[in-house]
Amino acid sequence: MGKILSTKNLRLYYGKSEALHGISLKFLDGEITALIGPSGCGKSTYLRCLNRMNDLLDNVTITGTIKLQGKDIYSPKMSKSEIRKKIGMVFQQPNPFPFSIYDNVAYGPRISGVKDKKVLDEIVETSLKKAAIWDEVKDDLKKNAVALSGGQQQRVCIARTLAVNPDVILLDEPTSALDPISSVKVESTLMDIKKDYNIILVTHNMQQASRISDKTAFMLNGRLIEFDKTEKMFLNPENKITSDYLNGRFG
Amino acid sequence: MKNSLKEKFLSPSKQTYQESFGKIISSFCILIIIALVVSILGFVTTKGIDTFTQSKINVFDFLFGNVWSPSSTGANGKPEVGAAPMIVTSFTVTLISAAIATPFAIACAIFMTFIANNRGSRLLRSTIELLVGIPSVIYGYIGLTLVVPLVRSIYGGTGFGILAGAIVLFVMILPTVTSLTVDSIKSVPDYYIKASYGLGATRWQTIYKVVLKISLPGILTAVIFGMTRAFGEALAVQMVIGNSITMPTNLTTPASTLTSQLTTGIGNTIMGTLQNNALWSLALVLLFMSLFFNILIKIIGKRGAAKYES
Ligand SMILES: Nc1ncnc2c1ncn2[C@@H]1O[C@H](COP(=O)(O)OP(=O)(O)OP(=O)(O)O)[C@@H](O)[C@H]1O
Ligand SMILES: [Mg+2]
Repeated sequence: MGKILSTKNLRLYYGKSEALHGISLKFLDGEITALIGPSGCGKSTYLRCLNRMNDLLDNVTITGTIKLQGKDIYSPKMSKSEIRKKIGMVFQQPNPFPFSIYDNVAYGPRISGVKDKKVLDEIVETSLKKAAIWDEVKDDLKKNAVALSGGQQQRVCIARTLAVNPDVILLDEPTSALDPISSVKVESTLMDIKKDYNIILVTHNMQQASRISDKTAFMLNGRLIEFDKTEKMFLNPENKITSDYLNGRFG
Repeated sequence: MKNSLKEKFLSPSKQTYQESFGKIISSFCILIIIALVVSILGFVTTKGIDTFTQSKINVFDFLFGNVWSPSSTGANGKPEVGAAPMIVTSFTVTLISAAIATPFAIACAIFMTFIANNRGSRLLRSTIELLVGIPSVIYGYIGLTLVVPLVRSIYGGTGFGILAGAIVLFVMILPTVTSLTVDSIKSVPDYYIKASYGLGATRWQTIYKVVLKISLPGILTAVIFGMTRAFGEALAVQMVIGNSITMPTNLTTPASTLTSQLTTGIGNTIMGTLQNNALWSLALVLLFMSLFFNILIKIIGKRGAAKYES
Protein backbone atom coordinates (compact mmCIF):
# COMPACT_ATOMS: atom_id res chain seq x y z
CA MET A 1 0.00 0.00 0.00
CA GLY A 2 3.02 2.22 -0.13
CA LYS A 3 2.85 3.14 -3.77
CA ILE A 4 0.93 6.35 -3.41
CA LEU A 5 1.72 9.11 -5.86
CA SER A 6 0.56 12.62 -5.20
CA THR A 7 0.97 16.07 -6.67
CA LYS A 8 0.43 19.28 -4.82
CA ASN A 9 -0.20 22.61 -6.48
CA LEU A 10 1.66 21.48 -9.58
CA ARG A 11 2.29 24.27 -12.04
CA LEU A 12 4.09 23.97 -15.34
CA TYR A 13 5.29 26.66 -17.71
CA TYR A 14 6.31 26.14 -21.32
CA GLY A 15 8.59 29.14 -21.58
CA LYS A 16 6.42 31.88 -20.07
CA SER A 17 3.02 30.39 -20.75
CA GLU A 18 1.47 28.47 -17.91
CA ALA A 19 0.07 25.13 -19.10
CA LEU A 20 -0.85 23.64 -15.70
CA HIS A 21 -2.38 25.93 -13.13
CA GLY A 22 -1.78 24.21 -9.84
CA ILE A 23 -3.01 20.65 -9.84
CA SER A 24 -3.34 18.60 -6.68
CA LEU A 25 -4.21 14.94 -7.01
CA LYS A 26 -3.59 11.70 -5.22
CA PHE A 27 -3.29 8.32 -6.90
CA LEU A 28 -3.69 5.15 -4.90
CA ASP A 29 -2.13 1.76 -5.21
CA GLY A 30 -4.32 -0.94 -6.76
CA GLU A 31 -6.46 1.56 -8.59
CA ILE A 32 -6.80 2.81 -12.11
CA THR A 33 -7.25 6.55 -12.31
CA ALA A 34 -8.47 7.99 -15.60
CA LEU A 35 -7.49 11.49 -16.69
CA ILE A 36 -10.02 12.96 -19.08
CA GLY A 37 -10.56 16.32 -20.66
CA PRO A 38 -10.66 18.02 -24.04
CA SER A 39 -7.65 18.13 -26.32
CA GLY A 40 -5.00 20.56 -25.19
CA CYS A 41 -6.14 20.72 -21.58
CA GLY A 42 -2.78 19.45 -20.35
CA LYS A 43 -3.32 15.75 -19.67
CA SER A 44 -0.13 14.64 -21.42
CA THR A 45 1.78 17.51 -19.92
CA TYR A 46 0.63 16.52 -16.45
CA LEU A 47 1.42 12.86 -17.03
CA ARG A 48 4.92 13.67 -18.24
CA CYS A 49 5.60 15.56 -15.03
CA LEU A 50 4.93 12.43 -13.04
CA ASN A 51 7.99 10.58 -14.33
CA ARG A 52 10.07 13.61 -15.18
CA MET A 53 9.82 13.13 -18.93
CA ASN A 54 9.32 16.89 -19.23
CA ASP A 55 12.94 17.22 -18.17
CA LEU A 56 13.83 16.18 -21.72
CA LEU A 57 12.27 19.38 -23.05
CA ASP A 58 14.01 22.73 -22.96
CA ASN A 59 12.44 25.75 -21.39
CA VAL A 60 10.07 23.98 -19.04
CA THR A 61 9.61 25.23 -15.50
CA ILE A 62 7.80 23.17 -12.91
CA THR A 63 6.73 24.27 -9.44
CA GLY A 64 4.85 22.48 -6.68
CA THR A 65 5.61 19.03 -5.35
CA ILE A 66 5.22 15.48 -6.61
CA LYS A 67 5.71 12.76 -4.07
CA LEU A 68 6.04 9.04 -4.48
CA GLN A 69 5.72 7.22 -1.17
CA GLY A 70 6.29 10.49 0.59
CA LYS A 71 9.52 11.29 -1.25
CA ASP A 72 9.76 14.32 -3.50
CA ILE A 73 10.70 13.02 -6.94
CA TYR A 74 12.03 16.41 -8.00
CA SER A 75 14.45 16.72 -5.12
CA PRO A 76 18.06 16.95 -6.30
CA LYS A 77 18.90 13.78 -4.41
CA MET A 78 16.64 11.65 -6.64
CA SER A 79 18.04 10.17 -9.80
CA LYS A 80 15.84 10.57 -12.85
CA SER A 81 16.56 7.10 -14.10
CA GLU A 82 15.63 5.56 -10.74
CA ILE A 83 12.38 7.50 -10.72
CA ARG A 84 11.53 6.34 -14.23
CA LYS A 85 12.15 2.76 -13.19
CA LYS A 86 9.61 3.18 -10.42
CA ILE A 87 7.18 5.17 -12.56
CA GLY A 88 6.94 3.52 -15.95
CA MET A 89 5.30 4.97 -19.04
CA VAL A 90 3.41 3.57 -22.02
CA PHE A 91 3.03 5.92 -24.98
CA GLN A 92 0.17 6.70 -27.31
CA GLN A 93 1.88 5.24 -30.39
CA PRO A 94 3.16 1.73 -29.75
CA ASN A 95 6.93 2.18 -29.83
CA PRO A 96 8.72 -1.13 -29.39
CA PHE A 97 12.40 -0.96 -30.30
CA PRO A 98 13.22 -2.54 -33.67
CA PHE A 99 14.75 -5.46 -31.78
CA SER A 100 13.41 -8.90 -31.01
CA ILE A 101 10.43 -9.25 -28.69
CA TYR A 102 12.75 -10.80 -26.12
CA ASP A 103 15.27 -7.95 -26.31
CA ASN A 104 12.48 -5.41 -25.99
CA VAL A 105 11.18 -6.86 -22.75
CA ALA A 106 14.67 -7.60 -21.43
CA TYR A 107 15.81 -4.03 -22.13
CA GLY A 108 14.84 -2.61 -18.75
CA PRO A 109 16.27 -5.42 -16.62
CA ARG A 110 19.46 -5.39 -18.68
CA ILE A 111 20.10 -1.70 -18.16
CA SER A 112 19.60 -2.31 -14.46
CA GLY A 113 22.41 -4.82 -14.63
CA VAL A 114 20.61 -8.16 -14.84
CA LYS A 115 22.83 -10.44 -16.90
CA ASP A 116 21.87 -13.95 -15.85
CA LYS A 117 20.11 -15.58 -18.79
CA LYS A 118 17.80 -17.61 -16.55
CA VAL A 119 16.67 -14.59 -14.60
CA LEU A 120 16.07 -12.65 -17.81
CA ASP A 121 14.12 -15.53 -19.35
CA GLU A 122 11.94 -15.60 -16.29
CA ILE A 123 11.32 -11.86 -16.26
CA VAL A 124 10.50 -11.87 -19.97
CA GLU A 125 8.05 -14.71 -19.57
CA THR A 126 6.21 -13.34 -16.56
CA SER A 127 6.04 -9.84 -18.02
CA LEU A 128 4.64 -11.08 -21.31
CA LYS A 129 2.15 -13.23 -19.41
CA LYS A 130 1.02 -10.31 -17.30
CA ALA A 131 0.58 -8.23 -20.43
CA ALA A 132 -1.56 -11.04 -21.89
CA ILE A 133 0.55 -11.46 -24.98
CA TRP A 134 2.61 -14.51 -24.01
CA ASP A 135 0.43 -17.04 -25.81
CA GLU A 136 0.61 -15.08 -29.03
CA VAL A 137 4.37 -14.69 -29.12
CA LYS A 138 5.89 -17.43 -26.99
CA ASP A 139 7.04 -19.48 -29.98
CA ASP A 140 8.57 -16.53 -31.70
CA LEU A 141 10.40 -14.43 -29.13
CA LYS A 142 13.22 -13.81 -31.61
CA LYS A 143 10.86 -12.09 -34.01
CA ASN A 144 11.33 -8.37 -34.54
CA ALA A 145 8.74 -6.59 -32.41
CA VAL A 146 8.12 -4.04 -35.15
CA ALA A 147 6.62 -6.84 -37.23
CA LEU A 148 3.75 -7.39 -34.76
CA SER A 149 0.32 -5.84 -35.13
CA GLY A 150 -0.30 -2.52 -33.43
CA GLY A 151 -2.26 -4.08 -30.57
CA GLN A 152 0.40 -6.71 -30.03
CA GLN A 153 3.10 -4.07 -30.13
CA GLN A 154 1.30 -2.06 -27.48
CA ARG A 155 1.02 -5.08 -25.20
CA VAL A 156 4.73 -5.80 -25.74
CA CYS A 157 5.34 -2.20 -24.68
CA ILE A 158 3.26 -2.79 -21.57
CA ALA A 159 5.26 -5.96 -20.90
CA ARG A 160 8.46 -3.99 -21.41
CA THR A 161 7.32 -1.50 -18.79
CA LEU A 162 6.23 -4.26 -16.39
CA ALA A 163 9.63 -5.94 -16.72
CA VAL A 164 11.21 -3.03 -14.88
CA ASN A 165 8.86 -3.78 -11.99
CA PRO A 166 7.49 -0.27 -11.52
CA ASP A 167 5.15 0.90 -8.78
CA VAL A 168 3.25 3.29 -10.97
CA ILE A 169 2.35 2.91 -14.65
CA LEU A 170 1.47 5.96 -16.71
CA LEU A 171 -0.42 5.39 -19.94
CA ASP A 172 -1.06 8.20 -22.40
CA GLU A 173 -3.99 7.20 -24.62
CA PRO A 174 -2.57 3.70 -24.99
CA THR A 175 -5.40 2.45 -27.18
CA SER A 176 -6.07 5.43 -29.39
CA ALA A 177 -4.01 3.93 -32.22
CA LEU A 178 -5.63 0.51 -31.90
CA ASP A 179 -8.71 -1.20 -33.28
CA PRO A 180 -11.58 -1.99 -30.85
CA ILE A 181 -10.61 -5.63 -30.36
CA SER A 182 -6.99 -4.80 -29.56
CA SER A 183 -8.20 -2.00 -27.30
CA VAL A 184 -10.35 -4.38 -25.32
CA LYS A 185 -7.37 -6.70 -24.95
CA VAL A 186 -5.22 -3.90 -23.62
CA GLU A 187 -8.02 -2.85 -21.28
CA SER A 188 -8.41 -6.32 -19.86
CA THR A 189 -4.65 -6.50 -19.46
CA LEU A 190 -4.83 -3.36 -17.35
CA MET A 191 -7.71 -4.77 -15.29
CA ASP A 192 -5.70 -7.94 -14.68
CA ILE A 193 -2.61 -6.21 -13.42
CA LYS A 194 -4.15 -3.29 -11.57
CA LYS A 195 -4.16 -4.89 -8.14
CA ASP A 196 -0.36 -4.77 -8.04
CA TYR A 197 0.14 -1.33 -9.48
CA ASN A 198 -0.92 2.24 -9.33
CA ILE A 199 -2.19 2.96 -12.83
CA ILE A 200 -2.83 6.37 -14.30
CA LEU A 201 -4.51 6.42 -17.69
CA VAL A 202 -5.13 9.33 -20.04
CA THR A 203 -8.01 8.63 -22.36
CA HIS A 204 -10.41 10.35 -24.72
CA ASN A 205 -12.67 7.37 -24.66
CA MET A 206 -15.38 7.91 -22.04
CA GLN A 207 -16.58 4.31 -22.24
CA GLN A 208 -13.06 3.18 -21.58
CA ALA A 209 -12.76 5.44 -18.57
CA SER A 210 -16.07 4.23 -17.17
CA ARG A 211 -15.31 0.57 -17.92
CA ILE A 212 -11.94 0.25 -16.28
CA SER A 213 -11.13 3.16 -14.01
CA ASP A 214 -11.82 3.39 -10.29
CA LYS A 215 -11.42 7.13 -10.15
CA THR A 216 -11.63 9.82 -12.75
CA ALA A 217 -10.08 13.25 -12.90
CA PHE A 218 -11.55 15.80 -15.28
CA MET A 219 -9.23 18.54 -16.49
CA LEU A 220 -9.99 21.67 -18.44
CA ASN A 221 -7.55 24.35 -19.63
CA GLY A 222 -4.79 23.22 -17.34
CA ARG A 223 -6.99 23.06 -14.25
CA LEU A 224 -8.46 20.17 -12.36
CA ILE A 225 -12.23 20.56 -12.42
CA GLU A 226 -13.37 17.47 -10.64
CA PHE A 227 -11.90 14.31 -9.16
CA ASP A 228 -13.98 11.50 -7.75
CA LYS A 229 -14.94 7.85 -7.90
CA THR A 230 -15.66 7.04 -11.53
CA GLU A 231 -19.20 5.87 -10.81
CA LYS A 232 -20.08 9.01 -8.95
CA MET A 233 -18.45 11.16 -11.59
CA PHE A 234 -20.33 9.60 -14.50
CA LEU A 235 -23.71 9.26 -12.79
CA ASN A 236 -23.84 12.29 -10.67
CA PRO A 237 -21.04 14.83 -11.14
CA GLU A 238 -20.77 17.73 -8.74
CA ASN A 239 -19.84 20.17 -11.39
CA LYS A 240 -22.01 21.43 -14.21
CA ILE A 241 -19.04 21.62 -16.62
CA THR A 242 -18.13 18.02 -15.91
CA SER A 243 -21.60 16.84 -16.69
CA ASP A 244 -21.66 18.92 -19.88
CA TYR A 245 -18.40 17.40 -20.98
CA LEU A 246 -19.40 13.84 -20.15
CA ASN A 247 -22.63 14.30 -22.06
CA GLY A 248 -20.78 15.56 -25.07
CA ARG A 249 -22.14 19.06 -24.84
CA PHE A 250 -18.74 20.54 -25.66
CA GLY A 251 -15.13 19.66 -26.52
CA MET B 1 -17.10 28.18 -82.29
CA LYS B 2 -17.97 24.62 -81.52
CA ASN B 3 -15.24 23.38 -83.78
CA SER B 4 -12.55 25.49 -82.25
CA LEU B 5 -13.52 24.26 -78.79
CA LYS B 6 -13.24 20.68 -79.97
CA GLU B 7 -9.87 21.45 -81.46
CA LYS B 8 -8.78 22.99 -78.23
CA PHE B 9 -9.67 19.84 -76.30
CA LEU B 10 -8.21 17.44 -78.77
CA SER B 11 -4.94 19.19 -79.47
CA PRO B 12 -2.24 18.67 -76.83
CA SER B 13 -2.11 21.40 -74.22
CA LYS B 14 0.87 23.55 -73.42
CA GLN B 15 1.54 21.43 -70.35
CA THR B 16 1.71 18.30 -72.44
CA TYR B 17 4.29 19.93 -74.65
CA GLN B 18 6.27 21.08 -71.67
CA GLU B 19 6.11 17.66 -70.15
CA SER B 20 7.35 15.86 -73.25
CA PHE B 21 10.02 18.50 -73.74
CA GLY B 22 11.23 17.93 -70.17
CA LYS B 23 11.16 14.21 -70.66
CA ILE B 24 13.30 14.46 -73.77
CA ILE B 25 15.86 16.66 -72.07
CA SER B 26 16.17 14.45 -69.01
CA SER B 27 16.33 11.23 -71.04
CA PHE B 28 19.04 12.84 -73.13
CA CYS B 29 21.06 13.72 -70.02
CA ILE B 30 20.61 10.26 -68.59
CA LEU B 31 21.77 8.75 -71.86
CA ILE B 32 24.89 10.89 -71.84
CA ILE B 33 25.67 9.86 -68.27
CA ILE B 34 25.16 6.19 -69.05
CA ALA B 35 27.31 6.46 -72.15
CA LEU B 36 29.99 8.17 -70.10
CA VAL B 37 30.03 5.50 -67.43
CA VAL B 38 30.00 2.68 -69.95
CA SER B 39 32.80 4.20 -71.97
CA ILE B 40 34.95 4.79 -68.90
CA LEU B 41 34.42 1.20 -67.82
CA GLY B 42 35.06 -0.05 -71.34
CA PHE B 43 38.13 2.06 -71.81
CA VAL B 44 39.79 1.12 -68.54
CA THR B 45 38.89 -2.52 -69.04
CA THR B 46 40.24 -2.83 -72.58
CA LYS B 47 43.39 -0.97 -71.62
CA GLY B 48 43.72 -2.91 -68.40
CA ILE B 49 43.45 -6.37 -69.92
CA ASP B 50 46.06 -5.65 -72.58
CA THR B 51 48.65 -6.56 -70.00
CA PHE B 52 47.21 -10.05 -69.84
CA THR B 53 46.20 -10.54 -73.47
CA GLN B 54 49.06 -8.84 -75.33
CA SER B 55 51.97 -9.29 -73.00
CA LYS B 56 50.73 -12.66 -71.76
CA ILE B 57 51.18 -11.81 -68.11
CA ASN B 58 49.48 -14.30 -65.83
CA VAL B 59 46.63 -12.73 -63.82
CA PHE B 60 47.79 -14.56 -60.70
CA ASP B 61 51.33 -13.25 -61.12
CA PHE B 62 49.83 -9.79 -61.40
CA LEU B 63 47.61 -10.06 -58.32
CA PHE B 64 49.99 -11.96 -56.08
CA GLY B 65 53.45 -11.17 -57.44
CA ASN B 66 55.74 -9.14 -55.19
CA VAL B 67 58.04 -7.54 -57.73
CA TRP B 68 57.03 -4.63 -59.91
CA SER B 69 59.39 -3.82 -62.75
CA PRO B 70 57.51 -3.81 -66.05
CA SER B 71 60.48 -2.45 -67.95
CA SER B 72 62.94 -5.29 -67.29
CA THR B 73 62.70 -9.01 -67.82
CA GLY B 74 62.35 -11.24 -64.79
CA ALA B 75 63.40 -14.79 -64.00
CA ASN B 76 60.71 -16.46 -66.09
CA GLY B 77 61.59 -14.49 -69.17
CA LYS B 78 58.70 -12.08 -68.80
CA PRO B 79 58.59 -8.62 -67.26
CA GLU B 80 57.59 -8.66 -63.60
CA VAL B 81 54.31 -6.89 -62.90
CA GLY B 82 53.40 -8.05 -59.41
CA ALA B 83 50.88 -5.61 -57.96
CA ALA B 84 50.52 -7.28 -54.57
CA PRO B 85 52.65 -4.72 -52.65
CA MET B 86 50.46 -1.89 -53.86
CA ILE B 87 47.23 -3.76 -53.29
CA VAL B 88 48.29 -4.62 -49.75
CA THR B 89 49.45 -1.07 -49.07
CA SER B 90 46.24 0.43 -50.43
CA PHE B 91 44.18 -1.80 -48.17
CA THR B 92 46.37 -1.13 -45.17
CA VAL B 93 46.22 2.67 -45.39
CA THR B 94 42.50 2.50 -46.04
CA LEU B 95 41.77 0.25 -43.09
CA ILE B 96 43.99 2.15 -40.68
CA SER B 97 42.59 5.52 -41.64
CA ALA B 98 39.03 4.23 -41.37
CA ALA B 99 39.82 2.58 -38.04
CA ILE B 100 41.02 5.90 -36.62
CA ALA B 101 38.28 7.96 -38.25
CA THR B 102 35.34 5.83 -37.09
CA PRO B 103 35.57 6.41 -33.33
CA PHE B 104 36.27 10.09 -33.94
CA ALA B 105 33.26 10.38 -36.21
CA ILE B 106 30.97 8.61 -33.76
CA ALA B 107 32.20 10.73 -30.89
CA CYS B 108 31.67 13.93 -32.90
CA ALA B 109 28.22 12.79 -33.96
CA ILE B 110 27.15 11.96 -30.41
CA PHE B 111 28.53 15.23 -29.16
CA MET B 112 26.66 17.14 -31.82
CA THR B 113 23.33 15.40 -31.37
CA PHE B 114 23.18 14.72 -27.65
CA ILE B 115 25.53 16.98 -25.79
CA ALA B 116 26.30 20.26 -27.50
CA ASN B 117 23.68 22.96 -27.67
CA ASN B 118 22.53 24.14 -31.08
CA ARG B 119 25.25 26.73 -31.43
CA GLY B 120 28.04 24.35 -30.49
CA SER B 121 26.88 21.64 -32.82
CA ARG B 122 26.48 24.05 -35.72
CA LEU B 123 29.99 25.35 -35.11
CA LEU B 124 31.45 21.85 -35.07
CA ARG B 125 29.47 20.90 -38.13
CA SER B 126 30.65 23.85 -40.19
CA THR B 127 34.23 23.28 -39.09
CA ILE B 128 34.02 19.71 -40.27
CA GLU B 129 32.36 20.70 -43.51
CA LEU B 130 35.16 23.17 -44.08
CA LEU B 131 37.57 20.24 -44.14
CA VAL B 132 35.77 18.83 -47.19
CA GLY B 133 36.58 21.85 -49.31
CA ILE B 134 40.32 21.81 -48.76
CA PRO B 135 42.15 20.53 -51.87
CA SER B 136 44.10 17.27 -51.62
CA VAL B 137 47.40 18.93 -52.35
CA ILE B 138 47.07 21.04 -49.22
CA TYR B 139 46.50 17.93 -47.13
CA GLY B 140 49.53 16.38 -48.78
CA TYR B 141 51.59 19.44 -48.10
CA ILE B 142 50.56 19.58 -44.46
CA GLY B 143 51.30 15.89 -44.21
CA LEU B 144 54.70 16.47 -45.68
CA THR B 145 55.62 19.30 -43.34
CA LEU B 146 53.95 18.06 -40.14
CA VAL B 147 53.09 14.38 -40.17
CA VAL B 148 56.19 13.00 -41.87
CA PRO B 149 58.64 14.79 -39.53
CA LEU B 150 56.50 13.75 -36.56
CA VAL B 151 56.57 10.10 -37.58
CA ARG B 152 60.30 10.42 -38.24
CA SER B 153 61.00 11.84 -34.81
CA ILE B 154 59.02 9.10 -33.08
CA TYR B 155 59.85 6.01 -35.11
CA GLY B 156 63.06 7.03 -36.87
CA GLY B 157 63.67 6.30 -40.54
CA THR B 158 62.47 8.69 -43.19
CA GLY B 159 59.01 9.23 -41.80
CA PHE B 160 57.46 8.45 -45.16
CA GLY B 161 55.23 5.40 -45.22
CA ILE B 162 51.88 3.84 -44.49
CA LEU B 163 51.48 5.50 -41.11
CA ALA B 164 51.96 9.00 -42.50
CA GLY B 165 49.61 8.18 -45.38
CA ALA B 166 46.97 6.78 -43.05
CA ILE B 167 47.11 9.83 -40.77
CA VAL B 168 46.66 12.22 -43.69
CA LEU B 169 43.83 10.10 -45.08
CA PHE B 170 42.19 9.98 -41.65
CA VAL B 171 41.86 13.76 -41.65
CA MET B 172 40.64 13.72 -45.22
CA ILE B 173 37.89 11.17 -44.73
CA LEU B 174 36.84 12.40 -41.28
CA PRO B 175 34.31 14.93 -42.63
CA THR B 176 32.64 12.40 -44.90
CA VAL B 177 32.41 9.76 -42.22
CA THR B 178 31.30 12.24 -39.57
CA SER B 179 28.56 13.95 -41.53
CA LEU B 180 27.11 10.65 -42.71
CA THR B 181 27.31 9.29 -39.17
CA VAL B 182 25.54 12.38 -37.85
CA ASP B 183 22.78 11.89 -40.42
CA SER B 184 22.41 8.28 -39.43
CA ILE B 185 22.29 9.05 -35.71
CA LYS B 186 19.87 11.95 -36.20
CA SER B 187 17.54 9.70 -38.16
CA VAL B 188 16.90 7.47 -35.14
CA PRO B 189 13.27 8.26 -34.30
CA ASP B 190 12.65 10.25 -31.17
CA TYR B 191 10.10 7.76 -29.84
CA TYR B 192 12.76 5.09 -29.43
CA ILE B 193 14.85 7.49 -27.39
CA LYS B 194 11.84 8.43 -25.25
CA ALA B 195 10.98 4.78 -24.75
CA SER B 196 14.48 4.15 -23.50
CA TYR B 197 14.46 7.09 -21.09
CA GLY B 198 10.99 6.05 -19.97
CA LEU B 199 12.36 2.67 -18.94
CA GLY B 200 14.91 4.32 -16.71
CA ALA B 201 17.91 4.26 -19.01
CA THR B 202 20.55 6.93 -18.58
CA ARG B 203 21.68 9.05 -21.49
CA TRP B 204 24.71 6.87 -22.14
CA GLN B 205 22.71 3.67 -21.96
CA THR B 206 20.26 5.16 -24.42
CA ILE B 207 23.00 6.23 -26.81
CA TYR B 208 24.85 2.97 -26.55
CA LYS B 209 22.02 0.45 -26.52
CA VAL B 210 19.42 2.14 -28.66
CA VAL B 211 20.81 4.94 -30.79
CA LEU B 212 24.05 3.33 -31.91
CA LYS B 213 22.42 -0.04 -32.29
CA ILE B 214 19.68 1.30 -34.53
CA SER B 215 21.98 3.52 -36.55
CA LEU B 216 24.62 0.84 -37.02
CA PRO B 217 23.85 0.14 -40.71
CA GLY B 218 24.05 3.87 -41.39
CA ILE B 219 27.35 4.15 -39.54
CA LEU B 220 28.77 1.20 -41.47
CA THR B 221 27.73 2.84 -44.70
CA ALA B 222 29.45 6.03 -43.58
CA VAL B 223 32.65 4.14 -42.84
CA ILE B 224 32.60 2.40 -46.20
CA PHE B 225 32.03 5.71 -47.96
CA GLY B 226 35.10 6.98 -46.14
CA MET B 227 37.03 3.89 -47.15
CA THR B 228 36.07 4.39 -50.79
CA ARG B 229 37.42 7.91 -50.57
CA ALA B 230 40.61 6.76 -48.83
CA PHE B 231 41.17 3.96 -51.30
CA GLY B 232 40.86 6.30 -54.26
CA GLU B 233 42.80 9.28 -52.91
CA ALA B 234 46.03 9.68 -54.87
CA LEU B 235 47.77 13.01 -54.59
CA ALA B 236 47.99 13.53 -50.86
CA VAL B 237 49.00 9.93 -50.30
CA GLN B 238 51.63 10.10 -52.98
CA MET B 239 53.23 13.05 -51.21
CA VAL B 240 53.72 11.28 -47.88
CA ILE B 241 53.95 7.56 -48.55
CA GLY B 242 57.46 7.42 -50.00
CA ASN B 243 56.57 5.72 -53.29
CA SER B 244 58.68 2.62 -53.04
CA ILE B 245 57.09 -0.48 -54.48
CA THR B 246 57.97 -3.09 -51.90
CA MET B 247 55.78 -5.37 -49.89
CA PRO B 248 55.27 -3.39 -46.66
CA THR B 249 56.74 -5.03 -43.58
CA ASN B 250 56.04 -2.19 -41.20
CA LEU B 251 54.12 1.06 -41.13
CA THR B 252 56.98 3.51 -41.17
CA THR B 253 59.01 2.54 -44.22
CA PRO B 254 58.26 3.94 -47.67
CA ALA B 255 55.57 2.11 -49.60
CA SER B 256 53.31 2.73 -52.55
CA THR B 257 49.56 2.44 -53.08
CA LEU B 258 47.76 1.66 -56.31
CA THR B 259 46.80 5.29 -56.72
CA SER B 260 50.15 6.77 -55.82
CA GLN B 261 51.86 4.45 -58.31
CA LEU B 262 49.34 5.48 -60.95
CA THR B 263 49.95 9.19 -60.47
CA THR B 264 53.70 8.77 -60.31
CA GLY B 265 53.89 6.41 -63.25
CA ILE B 266 51.34 7.54 -65.78
CA GLY B 267 53.30 10.56 -66.97
CA ASN B 268 56.52 8.62 -67.45
CA THR B 269 55.32 5.82 -69.67
CA ILE B 270 54.43 5.61 -73.33
CA MET B 271 50.96 4.62 -74.46
CA GLY B 272 50.76 1.08 -75.76
CA THR B 273 53.83 -0.20 -73.97
CA LEU B 274 53.61 -2.78 -71.22
CA GLN B 275 54.77 -0.20 -68.66
CA ASN B 276 51.74 1.88 -69.54
CA ASN B 277 49.31 -1.02 -69.83
CA ALA B 278 50.38 -2.35 -66.45
CA LEU B 279 49.31 0.95 -64.92
CA TRP B 280 45.94 0.57 -66.60
CA SER B 281 45.66 -2.81 -64.97
CA LEU B 282 46.19 -1.12 -61.62
CA ALA B 283 43.40 1.29 -62.54
CA LEU B 284 41.21 -1.67 -63.34
CA VAL B 285 41.84 -3.07 -59.87
CA LEU B 286 40.89 0.30 -58.40
CA LEU B 287 37.71 0.34 -60.43
CA PHE B 288 36.74 -3.12 -59.26
CA MET B 289 37.40 -2.12 -55.68
CA SER B 290 35.18 0.93 -55.84
CA LEU B 291 32.51 -1.20 -57.46
CA PHE B 292 32.90 -3.65 -54.59
CA PHE B 293 32.61 -0.88 -52.00
CA ASN B 294 29.49 0.41 -53.71
CA ILE B 295 27.84 -2.97 -53.70
CA LEU B 296 28.73 -3.36 -50.05
CA ILE B 297 27.02 -0.05 -49.27
CA LYS B 298 23.91 -1.16 -51.17
CA ILE B 299 23.77 -4.46 -49.30
CA ILE B 300 24.16 -2.85 -45.90
CA GLY B 301 21.57 -0.23 -46.80
CA LYS B 302 19.09 -2.94 -47.79
CA ARG B 303 19.73 -4.92 -44.61
CA GLY B 304 19.22 -1.82 -42.51
CA ALA B 305 16.00 -0.96 -44.28
CA ALA B 306 14.73 -4.53 -43.96
CA LYS B 307 15.21 -4.31 -40.23
CA TYR B 308 12.82 -1.39 -39.96
CA GLU B 309 10.22 -2.76 -42.30
CA SER B 310 10.12 -6.44 -41.47
N1 LIG C 1 6.53 20.89 -25.82
C1 LIG C 1 5.64 21.87 -25.69
N2 LIG C 1 6.03 23.16 -25.80
C2 LIG C 1 5.14 24.16 -25.68
N3 LIG C 1 3.84 24.00 -25.42
C3 LIG C 1 3.38 22.74 -25.29
C4 LIG C 1 4.25 21.61 -25.44
N4 LIG C 1 3.52 20.49 -25.27
C5 LIG C 1 2.25 20.89 -25.05
N5 LIG C 1 2.16 22.24 -25.07
C6 LIG C 1 0.93 23.03 -24.84
O1 LIG C 1 0.41 22.69 -23.58
C7 LIG C 1 -0.98 22.52 -23.63
C8 LIG C 1 -1.37 21.16 -23.14
O2 LIG C 1 -0.91 20.18 -24.05
P1 LIG C 1 -1.05 18.63 -23.79
O3 LIG C 1 -0.32 17.93 -24.87
O4 LIG C 1 -0.64 18.33 -22.41
O5 LIG C 1 -2.62 18.42 -23.96
P2 LIG C 1 -3.46 17.07 -23.90
O6 LIG C 1 -4.49 17.27 -22.86
O7 LIG C 1 -2.57 15.91 -23.73
O8 LIG C 1 -4.13 17.07 -25.31
P3 LIG C 1 -4.50 15.80 -26.24
O9 LIG C 1 -5.74 15.24 -25.66
O10 LIG C 1 -4.74 16.41 -27.57
O11 LIG C 1 -3.34 14.88 -26.21
C9 LIG C 1 -1.39 22.80 -25.06
O12 LIG C 1 -1.88 24.10 -25.14
C10 LIG C 1 -0.14 22.66 -25.85
O13 LIG C 1 -0.13 23.55 -26.92
MG1 LIG D 1 -1.99 14.24 -25.03
